[in-house]
Amino acid sequence: MKVLIPTPLRSYTQQSAVEATGTTLAELLRDLDRRYPGIRFRMIDEQDAIRRHIRIFVNREQVYDLEWPLQPSDEVQILQALSGG
Amino acid sequence: MTKNISPKRTAKSRSHRGARRPRSASPPFPDVILLVGTRKGAWLYHADASRTRWRADGPHFLGHIVHHVVLDPRDRRTLLVAAKTGHLGPTVFRSQDLGKTWKEASKPPAFRKAAADEKGRAVDHVFWLTPGHASEPNAWYAGTSPEGLFRSEDGGDIWQPVAGFNDHPLYAQWTGDEQAGTPDGPKLHSILIDPREPNHMYLGMSGGGGGVFESVDKGADWKPLNAGCRCDFLPDPYPEFGQDPHCVQLHPLAPDVLYQQNHCGIYRMERAQARWERIGENMPKAVGDIGFPMTLHPRDPNTVWVFPMDGSTVWPRVSPDGKAAAYVTRDAGKTWKRLDAGLPQEQAWFTVLRQAMTADTHDPVGVYFGTTTGQLWASTNEGARWTCIANHLPHIYAVEAAELDG
Repeated sequence: MKVLIPTPLRSYTQQSAVEATGTTLAELLRDLDRRYPGIRFRMIDEQDAIRRHIRIFVNREQVYDLEWPLQPSDEVQILQALSGG
Repeated sequence: MTKNISPKRTAKSRSHRGARRPRSASPPFPDVILLVGTRKGAWLYHADASRTRWRADGPHFLGHIVHHVVLDPRDRRTLLVAAKTGHLGPTVFRSQDLGKTWKEASKPPAFRKAAADEKGRAVDHVFWLTPGHASEPNAWYAGTSPEGLFRSEDGGDIWQPVAGFNDHPLYAQWTGDEQAGTPDGPKLHSILIDPREPNHMYLGMSGGGGGVFESVDKGADWKPLNAGCRCDFLPDPYPEFGQDPHCVQLHPLAPDVLYQQNHCGIYRMERAQARWERIGENMPKAVGDIGFPMTLHPRDPNTVWVFPMDGSTVWPRVSPDGKAAAYVTRDAGKTWKRLDAGLPQEQAWFTVLRQAMTADTHDPVGVYFGTTTGQLWASTNEGARWTCIANHLPHIYAVEAAELDG
């Protein structure tokens, strides 16, 4: 499925949109990390929590749970939240 | 008390007997590079042979929060950078060609996954990097916020938690209440390896708990080492732990001499006595002995530089009275001398953070510091006169002097 990548993570993907697969958000992020090593840990901490300044949307709805089910036709958008200074 | 010590003569490190012996026409000293970590990236400053002209190489990782940049003294080529951004999690970048190319660590420092009934910890940022013992050429240690100790055995690519510290039964007591920590989060710092014995280590912690801790078994177990060190922010002013060491140093040629710039003054310890002696009380009363950084002379264990800050009232953390100065002792803290030539003596409202003061091994020693207002200062005569060598950097977190092969 299509995954939209924010500018802080494009040093990994070199593209603003990439393809990845998975039946849950967790699987998708693991697949993304296989394709672009290191990208997951910049978004998800070692306790499997979405980092404070990262937002993930599935079909424009914000998702907080990594077990969120995904369909191949879904669009996943990763965004950088506000982080000032 | 320990006296001047001459280092073992090697091809790369010549013996320097006198403090101010005239230098030969062909300087025997390696080239100096300053490794600067800032709130917005990293810079490398290369000195010419006279250390008066500097070439800026950077920014590297523009926009990243860089807490530490360290060159491996064992190969003089490998650089490690502790980085994160405002949005992204922490990581370590590595270069094996002095910053021409970089590669991210395959497994950055991270706590183990918590059990279901356990509160999980997540590394917010890697704060401190220390190369391992000379006998372990690929070993590195990292200290993090919140307090965690990590070790790599492959040159900084894969990092593992040091369970002996991170899962110590007293970890929660030693680290205390995270909310009561330092403004930018509690920190594990000042990871010191005894040059005689890789199993013998020290570390410092600043946070809701804190103090200096020692391990004699390569991190498998730890004990507090804080006797004599004051803690004026707790009901018991001399607790077993809970102190706030801002910067701890071990002299490489006299490893049983420890110094610390603490939240509550400047201290020195002869390890055999296992008790900190406050040597900052000999500083001028109007300046006090509060500060963040502390730098040791490479050959004389009695010479120490500090950069005091205003720790009165609400802790402004700026140069006292707006007048910037380093201070040096050459007699292990009995007396201190102000070193302000070249530094602004009015309206200088900055300070120098704990990793942002450093020295090279030349003779005379070069001393360097970076300010919270983005200025990088250098002295080629042990602090007798200072020159600003970069003026508009971001907020400087760390400055390390390192030496390159000629």
